[in-house]
Amino acid sequence: MLRVGPGLAADFIFCPVVRSFSLQYLCLETMDSCDTPESTPRQRASSRLKDYFIGATPLQKRLESVRRQTSFVPTPPRRKIPQCSQLQEDVDPQKVAFLLHKQWTLYSLTPLYKFSYTNLKEYSKLLGAFIAAEKQKGLAVEVGEDFNIKVIFSALLGMKGTQRDPEAFLVQILSKSQLPSENREGKVLWTGWFCCIFGDSLLETVSEDFTCLPLFLANGAETNTAMIGTWFQKTFDCYFSPLAINAYNLSWMAAMWTACKMDHYMATTEFLWSVPCSPQRLDISYAIHPEDAKALWDSVHKTPGEVTQEEVDLFMDCLYSHFHRHFKIHLSATRLVRVSTSVASAHTDGKIKILCHKYLIGVLAYLTELAIFQIE
Amino acid sequence: MSVLRPLDKLPGLNTATILLVGTEDALLQQLADAMLKEDCASELKVHLAKSLPLPSSVTRPRIDLIMFVVNLHSKYSLRNVEESLHHVDATFFLGKVGFLATGAGRESHCSVHRNTVVKLAHTYRSPLLFCDLEVAQCFVGLSPGCGHGTAYQATLRQHPTCHS
Repeated sequence: MLRVGPGLAADFIFCPVVRSFSLQYLCLETMDSCDTPESTPRQRASSRLKDYFIGATPLQKRLESVRRQTSFVPTPPRRKIPQCSQLQEDVDPQKVAFLLHKQWTLYSLTPLYKFSYTNLKEYSKLLGAFIAAEKQKGLAVEVGEDFNIKVIFSALLGMKGTQRDPEAFLVQILSKSQLPSENREGKVLWTGWFCCIFGDSLLETVSEDFTCLPLFLANGAETNTAMIGTWFQKTFDCYFSPLAINAYNLSWMAAMWTACKMDHYMATTEFLWSVPCSPQRLDISYAIHPEDAKALWDSVHKTPGEVTQEEVDLFMDCLYSHFHRHFKIHLSATRLVRVSTSVASAHTDGKIKILCHKYLIGVLAYLTELAIFQIE
Repeated sequence: MSVLRPLDKLPGLNTATILLVGTEDALLQQLADAMLKEDCASELKVHLAKSLPLPSSVTRPRIDLIMFVVNLHSKYSLRNVEESLHHVDATFFLGKVGFLATGAGRESHCSVHRNTVVKLAHTYRSPLLFCDLEVAQCFVGLSPGCGHGTAYQATLRQHPTCHS
């Protein structure tokens, strides 16, 4: 495994390689078969002249503006840098501390049918009975397993982006203590929570009977996750699917999390690439001092408060070209597999670990967006 | 710097030459082999190139069609194609150029967003085909997921001299 240590950061000379789309101006005499509503440059110029001199009719002007606006190529996304949201101020840091520093496996979940927040106790009992039954059936056989388990459903207050987002809730499986003492809390065996942060695009499309909580995070044994998934699918007619994060989204996360302002950095910024070669896979790990990464980002960043596609590409290209200068390896031909910053770390298999309480909502907002995209 | 021009040589009698440009050697080789196996009315020649400009020391027939292959799993292949496009004469884009985006089937491995390639093809007014050359099966149509056969058929259909 090739490793680039933080020592390299000392002589971190980045060459801002400007990579913009080469929009070659092609003067085409004939229009090709794919009919585009966008007018050719010559037509646009002539119509502008027409407007100026002759005074085009309102209909012509309206047609021109419509033609210019509609283009079947969607514009690249612009995303907001995660900030401390208003609602997060209400969240007690102590209460959500157990969500941090834990590795969560991500799933996307379709809306739940006829889910009610008032029936949480009833759901706890039903799920507990289901799990006990499954374990007795011998489907999840673990030798010496204590059958005394307790399931707790609880609401997670404050874990939402806007007021419209449904309330997040938490499911925990605790092992019931054998001793009769009341004070002994059982050990937490499995934790899972459902949330929806800024899920407006999904909330608009579903009716009243459905509760939209597209993001599901699980920590614990895979067998428990499968059992609970089955119960939810049967009870609420929903569907779980594992949420994988591709290299494109990982590079967006890297840029957005590097852009977050931090008082002190807890961890180095680290990237992991997987090189597809035979017979054995090669992994390349690239670690940068977080302040250097932030300095690089600040030089690339232009519009305050927003992240654009060009900035993300430029940020990653700077890292690639620096690596290429030293090792003559094109990292852009490999696959980005893991990104780790002081804010959070994400793996392409859909595993996430959030390290910073301040940007918890911001990280979850992006993950919710990915989950909604997968559902649709 | 030599620029590829479509009409600078005389056409070969009853032959068609296709140039595939892309960084993924193995995939290009597979596609070329599949193309040559298929039936074609005229004689088909397939040239492979990693990037443009082509070395001028070699004599080659007139290129009738250029297909730029972009691997959606690798940003490097996209940059390579973007740089190669500079060495193609503007008149080539009148129906003699196409883009092939491979790897669209495995969304989890994609480093390049689909819209980036769509925008590139739109800028150059050339058709874009999505396929997955690594998968042997054949999927449907011009949206993400075709196999060798469909990609080849669509490529050939663009070329007027080949009827299959």
